Amino acid sequence: MLRLDTNLVDYAILAIYFVFVLGIGFIAKRTIKTSLDYFLSGRSLPAWITGLAFISANLGALELLGMAANGAQYGVATLHFYWIGAVPAMVFLGIVMMPFYYGSKVRSVPEYLRLRFNNPTHVFNALTFALATVLIAGVNLYALALVLKLLLGWPIILGIVVAAAIVLIYITLGGLSSAIYNEVLQFFVILAALIPLVVVALTDVGGWSGLQEQVRASGLGDAGLHTWEGTGVGNTTNPIGASWIPIVFGLGFVLSFGYWTTNFAEVQRALSAKSLGAARRTPLIGAFPKIFIPALTIIPGLVALVTIKGLGGDDPDLQYNNAIPLLMNEYLPNGMLGLALAGLIAAFMAGVAANVSAFNTVVTYDLWEPYVRQGRSDEYYLRFGRIATVAGIGIGIGTAGIASGYDNIMNYIQLLFSFFNAPLFATFIIGMFWKRMTPWAGLAGLIAGTIGAAATYASYKWEIIGFGSELESAFYGAMVAFAADAIVTVIVSLVTKPKPVSELQGLVYGMANLEEGGPSASESVWYRSPKVLGIGALGITALLSLAFI
Amino acid sequence: MTDDSNKVPTGDPLIEQAESAGGDAESDSRALDLLDIRRIIGLLLGIYGVILFVLGLGASDADIEKAAGINVNLWAGLGMLVAAAVFIAWALARPLSRAVD
Repeated sequence: MLRLDTNLVDYAILAIYFVFVLGIGFIAKRTIKTSLDYFLSGRSLPAWITGLAFISANLGALELLGMAANGAQYGVATLHFYWIGAVPAMVFLGIVMMPFYYGSKVRSVPEYLRLRFNNPTHVFNALTFALATVLIAGVNLYALALVLKLLLGWPIILGIVVAAAIVLIYITLGGLSSAIYNEVLQFFVILAALIPLVVVALTDVGGWSGLQEQVRASGLGDAGLHTWEGTGVGNTTNPIGASWIPIVFGLGFVLSFGYWTTNFAEVQRALSAKSLGAARRTPLIGAFPKIFIPALTIIPGLVALVTIKGLGGDDPDLQYNNAIPLLMNEYLPNGMLGLALAGLIAAFMAGVAANVSAFNTVVTYDLWEPYVRQGRSDEYYLRFGRIATVAGIGIGIGTAGIASGYDNIMNYIQLLFSFFNAPLFATFIIGMFWKRMTPWAGLAGLIAGTIGAAATYASYKWEIIGFGSELESAFYGAMVAFAADAIVTVIVSLVTKPKPVSELQGLVYGMANLEEGGPSASESVWYRSPKVLGIGALGITALLSLAFI
Repeated sequence: MTDDSNKVPTGDPLIEQAESAGGDAESDSRALDLLDIRRIIGLLLGIYGVILFVLGLGASDADIEKAAGINVNLWAGLGMLVAAAVFIAWALARPLSRAVD
């Protein structure tokens, strides 16, 4: 039984963290006067804060534990999820797409669809997005409770209720500011927790060269040390079980661009920035930590693989997902142990909070205000947003129950993304670059893409088409969703009436709303240029990639 | 806090209403100063740094043995104290109400 040997100091470190989390909520409340303050932090935050929040909202515990699990299972090839599956899309969001999001002053991703297309497209997307966020918030709550039960022996229901209550308090009080400031704090707590763990673990196995040697001798073998080896079509021998086609197009293009560029839980962080320049830098600043985070997830996964006997075997305590908790138990003395625990819990709460703060915004601005109660005062919508927060967390507790029905939580999440995000990306990219795309094509494309993802998943489940692995089927599902959305979009556009070009100001390529009088002097320093940051991030990624072919 | 770029008209009534509800910029920036995350991060890492450093000073051989021969509390505590000092210095050198970015 994996039960951490915690003492009073560890609990004190945990308690101090909770005091800070709630304290931020109470201070953030003082900055809130309008609904825009509550939902978008009054569009006032500097780029380094929104950039770190951008990466933190993604750095939930599911991501940390899941990627460490992938590290143990697939080895160095897990780098694809970072260098192919994240950095290029983040650069694209900052350089190409952000002027349309921020410049058009939309308050959410679904709202862009309302302006660019029509109300039915907007409602369809707002509803599916609201559903996806509460499902994912529920998954995070459930996974946190599982870890608390495993490590501290807390009953599942206690873990869910305590975590939900803390998130509820700080989001209801301080809205997005509270979520974002906590995300930045959480980012540093996670670093403080994981860096010492990685250093100790790596020292124990004799450094990187010692680790390489032991991985070669393990079940994973030499294949676990390469990213691209064995990804040939028809000769797919790499541990992920996918050829380069689904890796590049499914993961690298559709899934990744879909997640990073259209997921409002991410984009919302950039919309809260204080200027268009800061909004564009948000994902670019986030890209730099993203390049190096795999060192904190894949290395622990590999160390766990070679040091913990029976990892990934039949014992449920020794499943791959527990790689990081197992190493904490193995190496950390009291004190660091409490800090690592705080980092893990922080990461879970961030996963819940990012989704809840996106949920309350979409429910208020995209469903309640335009379609249910129009033309009320701003105070009314601010109050409603707080109620929506409470409701969202309540539903999240309910959906935690649904998540408990799935054995593999990461696959459940991948499934949600391929259904909700992949088609959305096709609609966005065509809508932004093709003025002729019509309002009804927006709705038809989204529905067709969702059906495409569902059909691929069904044919995998019922073994109509053979895939190398469940992961490969998810990559292909995303590609099918994208293609179905794109084809239906083009066909419907050709037979329906487009919007007059005058209504597309600020929404389509070539008609972006730029900052009046150009960027200010402080914005135009070379190291703040989106192009310099973007090319820098891609360049570092390319160089590092060469080292791990 | 708001600059010209925030006043691009959108032609959409729902967005215009939310944008025009705006608060008083002066008091916003004062409240933000209170919420300077750099001070909060510095304080939290500082507290953790002290706790871990003190634990590290009294580390038992068993603790060090467990962590591959490294006194991890001591070194991690020191690292956090350094990081805390950097954040506090940054926040004091460039307070939010004056900072450009």
